[in-house]
Amino acid sequence: MTPPASTAREAGLVACSACHLLCPGPSAGSRPGAHRCPRCGARLHSRKPDSIARTWALVIAACIFYIPANVLPMTTVTSLGSVQSDTIMSGVIYFVQSGSWPIALVIFIASVFVPLLKLMILGFLLISVQIKSTFRPKDRTRLYLVTEAVGRWSMLDIFVVTILVALVNLGALAKIQAGPAALHFAAVVVITMLAAMSFDPRLIWDAKETTHE
Amino acid sequence: MRHAAKLPPARHRMACHECDFLQTIPPLPEGAGALCARCGSLLVRHRPGNLQRPLALLTAGAILFVLFNAFPFLTFKKGGIVHETYVATGIRDLAGQGMPHLAALVAFTLLISPSLYLLASFYVLVPLGLNRRVPGMFRVFRYLRLLQPWFMVEIFMLGVLVSIVKLAKMAQIVPGVAVFSLAAFIFVMASAAAAIDPHAVWERWEDSR
Repeated sequence: MTPPASTAREAGLVACSACHLLCPGPSAGSRPGAHRCPRCGARLHSRKPDSIARTWALVIAACIFYIPANVLPMTTVTSLGSVQSDTIMSGVIYFVQSGSWPIALVIFIASVFVPLLKLMILGFLLISVQIKSTFRPKDRTRLYLVTEAVGRWSMLDIFVVTILVALVNLGALAKIQAGPAALHFAAVVVITMLAAMSFDPRLIWDAKETTHE
Repeated sequence: MRHAAKLPPARHRMACHECDFLQTIPPLPEGAGALCARCGSLLVRHRPGNLQRPLALLTAGAILFVLFNAFPFLTFKKGGIVHETYVATGIRDLAGQGMPHLAALVAFTLLISPSLYLLASFYVLVPLGLNRRVPGMFRVFRYLRLLQPWFMVEIFMLGVLVSIVKLAKMAQIVPGVAVFSLAAFIFVMASAAAAIDPHAVWERWEDSR
């Protein structure tokens, strides 16, 4: 069953992004941004404003933060005068060497693989929208939804650092301190979450309408 | 029924949030969901309409959240050394190490967003259950949905497990009451979120006009 393509925008309607109420489009003379949902008061827009530019800006910012997040030390362990710094990768390697494969895999996926994959997927979606690709829109929408849902799990490493800092705080005997990478890594997680939120999956489907006409 | 003249009842006609495809939703049996005919995303899920279940779960959640904050979290034991920590200890120590931004982010995702979520849920659902209206309740309900991705207690739980494994060779780590409260809190909040039907809440707005 493939009904004739008809979107809310083609019908002159706007779906509220917060409560999903279908509202009539903005009246001709109204100021931009003054058009609000009568039910929940959210600003109404047919597509998220400046979605492509905003998402690109956030993706590029996250790419920049991704480098110091991986190069600089995440934690610094001071134990009886000796100081040891660990990056995200050296932590993963430590777990591999000590035989804790599952933990190594969890940390690698959450801290290295997911942020990188998320940036690449968002880049791919942005480019595909910009060249008005009609390539498998259903799968691209699903890819976007998965990316949006999975991104927050990268906060794992930040929480591990917080717990380690609290637990290993024994004065001169042993002390773990958060390194500069922690802040950069937190920035990567927050910025990629915002990037995924600012991308509008409806743009994927807009290319289809323009080729229909 | 001033608004009876509205063309096909707005609640049965909706545009997919992911692809903007306009479609009519047939009446759904309880527990069933409707997928977008074009992109396959979930449009709505019809959940049991009464608010007693989510309110009971949220009350349990609020109690567990207090326990989570008030009781010892993890204890570090090695030889004669015993170092007891609370959830707030890590946040305070991060701030003390010159990382106030990071401390603020952890505090927001772990303590502030769950408290706001609980308060806002009660603010909206209690009056709604009594068929009353309080100022701005639908606005608060909208903010509630925005808050959800920043609510990260389940990720923190995984962080607890990773930390215990990480320190297993160095010392004995004893989980306290707060860890068990956290585990229960996660399940209770997930079932509370699953028991609330946002569309049913929005529809009550129309009914109460």
